Amino acid sequence: MTATVPVAVTDAAGRRPSCPADLAVVLSPASYAGGTVLDLSGPLTAGEIVLDEVVPARAPWSAVVRAGQVLTIVDVGGNQSGDCLLYSAADTGERYSVPDTISWSGTAYVRTGTVLRSNYGNALATVVANEIDRQDTIGGACGKESNTLRYGHHTMAEHGCRENFLAEAARHGMGARDIVSNLNWFMNVPVEADGTLGIVDGISGPGKRVAFRADMDILVLVSNCPQVNNPCNGFNPTPLRMIVTAAAETAPEKARKTAQGTEPRA
Amino acid sequence: MAGTSTGHETDTVTAARSDARAQSGRVADAMPYLPASGTPFAPPGVDTDLLVWAETVAAGGYTHKVLARGSRIRLEDVTGEACAHVLLYNALEPWERLNVADTMKIPWQAYPGTGHPLLSGDGRVLATIVADDSGRHDALCGTSTAAAARAKYGDPAPQGPSPSGRELFVLAAAKHGLTPRDLPPSISFFKGVRVRGDGGLEFTGSAGPARAVELVAELPLIMLIANVPHPIDPRPGYVSGLLRVHAWRSAPTGPGDPYWDAAPETHRAYLNTTDYAGARGL
Repeated sequence: MTATVPVAVTDAAGRRPSCPADLAVVLSPASYAGGTVLDLSGPLTAGEIVLDEVVPARAPWSAVVRAGQVLTIVDVGGNQSGDCLLYSAADTGERYSVPDTISWSGTAYVRTGTVLRSNYGNALATVVANEIDRQDTIGGACGKESNTLRYGHHTMAEHGCRENFLAEAARHGMGARDIVSNLNWFMNVPVEADGTLGIVDGISGPGKRVAFRADMDILVLVSNCPQVNNPCNGFNPTPLRMIVTAAAETAPEKARKTAQGTEPRA
Repeated sequence: MAGTSTGHETDTVTAARSDARAQSGRVADAMPYLPASGTPFAPPGVDTDLLVWAETVAAGGYTHKVLARGSRIRLEDVTGEACAHVLLYNALEPWERLNVADTMKIPWQAYPGTGHPLLSGDGRVLATIVADDSGRHDALCGTSTAAAARAKYGDPAPQGPSPSGRELFVLAAAKHGLTPRDLPPSISFFKGVRVRGDGGLEFTGSAGPARAVELVAELPLIMLIANVPHPIDPRPGYVSGLLRVHAWRSAPTGPGDPYWDAAPETHRAYLNTTDYAGARGL
């Protein structure tokens, strides 16, 4: 080993995210392809941080985000696809729906303001901030079986997002029937005039972010995409940072609390 | 008393039985034809002895069938106002089902047409589009929810005048032991959608009456069909039309067929499919 450069495990504000693996290894550029730049960035919206976690490359992740809370996803290493499914926390039979999101919004791409809808047409979440031009929701997830179609049977041993989704879904009592077409944060899938579509070089970068507000209590499943056969991860899977911020207090709520504080009831 | 007001004599069991039996043989615009070989609308060039399914589906109606591997299914938009929303499942393991994302991504093509494979999420072909003189199909927008149909038409209930596609899929699925969790995004035929450069959707509508699309079942299938307006059809009214369905015994895609090795991705999909069928003894 050559002399090691100390790895920063805090962001610019001094916050240290939690991580299921050794954060110093997960955030070391030496763990990735040469030239990898890692940027932890920070939350896109104000409010108390109630969850702050780094998802290692190739790993699944899930959390419940309460109504009004905002989840910021940081593309720490740049052009790292975060495959994502949303479920109503109260009834996982209600789940993210690509076609309902597309039909209601009238556009195939996801941008700031896009309402992420359920299979019942309800608003699960709304994109409130987005630092790249557009996010994908038509490219679906990779998986061991689909990789054999796309690249050949020699890829069968590789891990995929479908496997991450199945593993994480199982932790919440769900199975294959609960996995549907998904969102892909930081993935770039243009549709050309003749219908040709495909995953091309990303338009994100280290530290770029997207944030969405939960419009009901939602269970968020994410696969930090392990794909190494196309540019969805720049052929170099890297970590994601997940930051949940509490809803900022509205003026009436603040007034009510202040009133309660100064005029305690007997 | 009831007899005089309804035209039925049903005051005793014997009378009720006679009344019920007198109704047989009637014909409706939308109905199945049994045996299928007796269909009044046999597809041209098809040996009617091979038919396994013949039915006209009502506007706002649904149907469903379990079909053998190798069945060839013809959907015809009789009036130009049908929109056939379709879900496909591996009948042997129904958690293997249509995956619209893989159906678009793996062939590198968002717009379904002749030769397009309808893929499951398990790396196999559920069905292949083998004929199409419409060209107006959509794998992006799915079908209508109750919420969307209520907002647009008023009443989304299956028993009402403007059923939503999802409500009909719930019923069709239940008849095969499947629940709402078994309903993934669907594909639709006979109403087109195109994506503009900025991502905006353009509804291209119908190609006109008497257009047909034909599929070959590459695995044993549960097929669910809901015939309801396309979710982004801009017309304010609930415009739907009769859908005619026929299926007959044919052969799955294999070596020597034009689609077998037309592209490397679909070739491997057919290899996976025949591998599965062979191992299962199909």
